[in-house]
Amino acid sequence: MTKNCHNDYKMKFTTDEEFPDLSQHNNHMAKALTKEIYEKLRGKSTPSGFTLDDVIQTGVDNPGHPFIMTVGCVVGDGECYEVFKDLLDIVICDRHSGYKPTDKHRTDLNYENLKGGDDLDPNYVLSSRVRTGRSIKGFTLPPHNSRGERRAIEKLSIEALASLEGEFKGKYYPLDGMTDAEQEQLIADHFLFDKPVSPLLTCAGMARDWPDARGIWHNENKTFLVWVNEEDHLRVISMQKGGNMKEVFRRFCVGLQKIEAIFMKHDHGFMWNEHLGYLLTCPSNLGTGLRGGVHVKLPKLSTHAKFEEILTRLRLQKRGTGGVDTASVGGVFDISNADRLGSSEVEQVQLVVDGVKLMVEMEKKLEKGESIDGMIPAQK
Amino acid sequence: MRYHAEYPDLRKHNNCMASNLTPAIYAKLCDKATPNGYTLDQAIQTGVDNPGHPFIKTVGMVAGDEESYEVFGDLINPVIKERHNGYDPLNMKHPTDLDSSKIHSGLFDERYVLSSRVRTGRSIRGLSLPPACSRAERREVERVVVDALAGLKGDLTGRYYSLTQMTEKEQQQLIDDHFLFDKPVSPLLTCAGMARDWPDGRGIWHNNEKTFLIWVNEEDHTRVISMEKGGNMKRVFDRFCKGLKERLIQERGWEFMWNERLGYILTCPSNLGTGLRAGVHVKLPLLSKDPRFSKILDNLRLQKRGTGGVDTAAVGGVFDISNLDRLGHSEVQLVQTVIDGVNYLIECEKKLEKGQDIKVPPPIKQFK
Repeated sequence: MTKNCHNDYKMKFTTDEEFPDLSQHNNHMAKALTKEIYEKLRGKSTPSGFTLDDVIQTGVDNPGHPFIMTVGCVVGDGECYEVFKDLLDIVICDRHSGYKPTDKHRTDLNYENLKGGDDLDPNYVLSSRVRTGRSIKGFTLPPHNSRGERRAIEKLSIEALASLEGEFKGKYYPLDGMTDAEQEQLIADHFLFDKPVSPLLTCAGMARDWPDARGIWHNENKTFLVWVNEEDHLRVISMQKGGNMKEVFRRFCVGLQKIEAIFMKHDHGFMWNEHLGYLLTCPSNLGTGLRGGVHVKLPKLSTHAKFEEILTRLRLQKRGTGGVDTASVGGVFDISNADRLGSSEVEQVQLVVDGVKLMVEMEKKLEKGESIDGMIPAQK
Repeated sequence: MRYHAEYPDLRKHNNCMASNLTPAIYAKLCDKATPNGYTLDQAIQTGVDNPGHPFIKTVGMVAGDEESYEVFGDLINPVIKERHNGYDPLNMKHPTDLDSSKIHSGLFDERYVLSSRVRTGRSIRGLSLPPACSRAERREVERVVVDALAGLKGDLTGRYYSLTQMTEKEQQQLIDDHFLFDKPVSPLLTCAGMARDWPDGRGIWHNNEKTFLIWVNEEDHTRVISMEKGGNMKRVFDRFCKGLKERLIQERGWEFMWNERLGYILTCPSNLGTGLRAGVHVKLPLLSKDPRFSKILDNLRLQKRGTGGVDTAAVGGVFDISNLDRLGHSEVQLVQTVIDGVNYLIECEKKLEKGQDIKVPPPIKQFK
């Protein structure tokens, strides 16, 4: 039985008969998909059986919002980025500020290349965090993987993480096996992740078989955390209170590289190529997949007329303190890098470090009633 | 050994699929697919994702096409047997009878019965079911059905409202009439893939008199509903049978999914056979408080629901009373069972009003 015999069956209908109605839609996929592209790609599938209809289903089911542009597509395996490049290259270019199919992405996880970052004023910068995702070669991704694959990923991950020592010594908590006490603690620490409810994720099939083979690992110090089999194979998070982003980034790079070395020993390195960097489920997370950010108090700057422009020029984005799509509370904002693809980890974290340092200085100036006009940065 | 790594963890589950799936059955079926490419993993996904409730046993699997009932028979047949009180698809035949002239005593006392309703579903043979259908197939179902309904005349003359194209005014009217259906939110349905591409290919047809209504491409290809205020169940069933004439689609080269083992084929195994739920909204304030109420309903092969439908509470002593069974009895038999049963319940209520005692009726013979 071939995995794509369902797709073969669909081919007896014409392109016109199958083409989705995207007239109400506002997402990157809906903008990029034409009947010509659909006609060209609809008969294809990756070796694991993922098809164009699978890629776009989440974007068809979720028309989006007039103000917020979602991606509207996902991949089921690493090969999708090649097999469906006629669609995905356009989506990637649109989402990642003009990134071309011929561009090369830089990877730099050498934390010593980061300048400064250990002196952000803790009176303003309340906490610092860096996260990314990783996909494990040889397995399909959350929209597509079977229970067997997901369990194998979990098993490999547990093995890899169990071998970490020193500051990285920690423990794994499977979602389906934790005690009530463990669950309470993980919730109190804000570590526990829930079954996805966002239709962006559920329509892409990422919540199937929940909570089978999902879990959370963290070190004893609670400064390094790994999510297994949520929206990506692995989500890796380094964090701590205060403004020492340098230390957070050091731990991030060291931990990631230790984990990768163990996976490579088992012939299951991370999915990566020199055009797209690290391959993840959502095209928005390609490249570094990195979001490095701080929770920072900017009550005056955030109400300044030029706040948005300053952020844009610094290549930063703001979110509320609850994360994406939440509001800020008490003038405290989550400020992080806007870019993922086309610049390296060091470069992106550098932008955060430099940008936040500048914004804190601006905040202090505004507190004294002085103007910040002379400090507005050029476009980075 | 691949099946061993893939076998779902069903330890916390309480649904018919989980009760009947075994590693041996899984190993036998996991590599099979229907001609359209639908697989066992797809059929059981909803049951894996929704462990169920200790008190309410859901079915836990769906069919993606007509052939699913054959290809995955080793699992579906025991599920059917459990859900339909011992009906064995391998040994028994399901009777279909839509001759409404056979119904008697179908006029209820309208001091008690507020409304009467009969619903069922029909699937168009040759097109995949809602869990698996492509956009083209769904649109084809819509085309076939809308075309056929245009052939209805007299008191059944009506029109179609596509979900993607209705005006705001039309939408408001349909809401006021309580006809409009929404995108499914129940995870039982969404995990089975039935909400894909919403609202493409979905719509509502109803006759001008608003007594005959068809939902297109919701949980089944079609859901067919005949209803009216008051207690004239005979007329409701007459209209139901008249509107369901397969001739309308046969003239265009199509037919309904049906076979003599399973009757009418629908998405959920719980709706096989007649797919029929005939019911009334009836005032039973005294009887419903009697401790024997549940037993009476049971013996009459009836079930109660609140007036909002499945999983709602009763309001003001008014209950939705309908048939429990779907498979193994014909449409005429089931509607007669409801008529006889509801008449009995009304007699009980009247007796209690006069301070007289009531009797629990003997149980109706089942085929178990």
